[in-house]
Amino acid sequence: MAELSKLTIAEARDGMRKGDFTSVEVTRDCLSEIEGSGTLNAFVHNTPEIALAQAEAADARIKAGDAPAMCGVPLGIKDLFATKGVETQAASDILKGFKPEYESTITQQLWDAGSVMLGKLNMDQFAMGSSNETSCYGDVVNPWKIDDRNLTPGGSSGGSASAVAADLCLAATGTDTGGSIRQPAAFAGIVGIKPTYGRCSRWGVVAFASSLDQAGPMTKSVRDAAIMLEAMSGHDPKDSTSSELAVPNFEAALTGDIRGKKIGIPKEYRLDGMPEEIEALWQDGIAMMKDAGAEIVDISLPHTKYALPAYYVVAPAEASSNLARYDGVRFGHRAKMAQGDGITEMYEKTRAEGFGPEVQRRVMIGTYVLSAGFYDAYYNRARKVRTLIKRDFEEVFATGVDAILTPATPSAAFGLGEMKDADPVQMYLNDVFTVTVNLAGLPGIAVPAGLDKQGLPLGLQLIGRPWEEADLLNHAYALEQAAGFVAKPEKWW
Amino acid sequence: MSIDTKTAGRVAKLARIAVPEGELPKLADELNGILAFMEQLNEVDVEGVEPMTSVTPQRLKRREDVVTDGNQQEAVLKNAPDAREGFFAVPKVVE
Repeated sequence: MAELSKLTIAEARDGMRKGDFTSVEVTRDCLSEIEGSGTLNAFVHNTPEIALAQAEAADARIKAGDAPAMCGVPLGIKDLFATKGVETQAASDILKGFKPEYESTITQQLWDAGSVMLGKLNMDQFAMGSSNETSCYGDVVNPWKIDDRNLTPGGSSGGSASAVAADLCLAATGTDTGGSIRQPAAFAGIVGIKPTYGRCSRWGVVAFASSLDQAGPMTKSVRDAAIMLEAMSGHDPKDSTSSELAVPNFEAALTGDIRGKKIGIPKEYRLDGMPEEIEALWQDGIAMMKDAGAEIVDISLPHTKYALPAYYVVAPAEASSNLARYDGVRFGHRAKMAQGDGITEMYEKTRAEGFGPEVQRRVMIGTYVLSAGFYDAYYNRARKVRTLIKRDFEEVFATGVDAILTPATPSAAFGLGEMKDADPVQMYLNDVFTVTVNLAGLPGIAVPAGLDKQGLPLGLQLIGRPWEEADLLNHAYALEQAAGFVAKPEKWW
Repeated sequence: MSIDTKTAGRVAKLARIAVPEGELPKLADELNGILAFMEQLNEVDVEGVEPMTSVTPQRLKRREDVVTDGNQQEAVLKNAPDAREGFFAVPKVVE
């Protein structure tokens, strides 16, 4: 049976349960699509033996009845998740050859639910980047194409976005520290949700900025996001910040009924010089929510402007501490040493060779803002601003707002290499609409909502109250139904 | 605040990243660009605001002080670039 890789999770679940096709058949189709997708550079370590063994086990389980929803569903896994015995490099040379002796909690939960691992997905190195151009495996290419240029799938979960949009897998895991699930999802015309901080365990996910990092699903539909998020969520004793709150049945919340809900439209998200098409898409989204029966209210999040600068203090500070472990001693790369080199030279050469330029830059910025004399001026000030950003949201939600609607990105996907000579801050602006959500620990979801004039997908973002992913997903479901986005990239790869 | 090449060199040293002398001016430039962006934070009145320590209001959990894991020497050393006789091996540290 052809084209099984195009299925959504929900379609695959229902079809496998009915016996229309098996997990082995779906998995084989995905593996053959991956085989032919080298130009996209999305999958970087393929695991066909593991996949087929898991698929056979899943088929047996489905046949026996009462298999969970994710059973038999073939997935791509971002290279940031530790997978036992399978290369886990965070797309960095410093972890070359690293095969963990353990499995991340999230992937373990997915395998326990019967899901199938197709392989590891490309990403920005250590999840630092917005265009997937900082990977040691090379750039990822967006399956969406409008001329002879190769476009970025966004980042850092660019391999995940590209793989899902190109139907190489049914869905993928992503992680989001400042927008790394939502920005690539928008660039590739798929759905991506970053849950509330603490909803998913961070154990076994290579750490970038621990107070901001959250994993989440990247999928072809809101329903799939609900199904997969439920399987990824839950308390984990190995992550002291993971929440003990019960995980609701997210799929059951998808009624599409948002009558009487209050949708906030933050005036600070209207940026100078924002492309007209982004503004038009936002207005369309507002009209759709209104038509669905929601009440639209203007809101103010006054500290929005300071979110990016605060983020670029807090995230590098945490990264410089987290990445101190890459010292050439316990795992990964160690530089060749010259005569007379001591342990300090070993550290310095190993880290210079192993970390890419953007990672080095952020580790050094983090080192600087944490250093004696600057800690208060930068790091403490940024943490205070973060308190104010979170307070902005709390005040808005206290007025009865149920969800906030914003654009997901300030532009559509741009060409690979086009930002090469821009200063790093220009690239950071990609996360202008998403980064506030991480600083405030809130759930946020990107939903594809339309095409620009050139035919590239654009996404809208919905931001929800903490721990109310179910309600947020229902808002996203209503938006998805109203937008009716069905476009797919034409296969050229 | 601005970073000169000497400060850039000191930051690289603190971060344990080898940066060749000749590349320090470029590094200083890049760091200055990013710091200039951060200067916007000085516009915010943060008087009396608590710095955030936890984004979700929760107390870190305590557990019994007992051994829950261990005896995995082989697994721990498996990925080491240089492991010998059950230890991580590094260049001589003490003369």
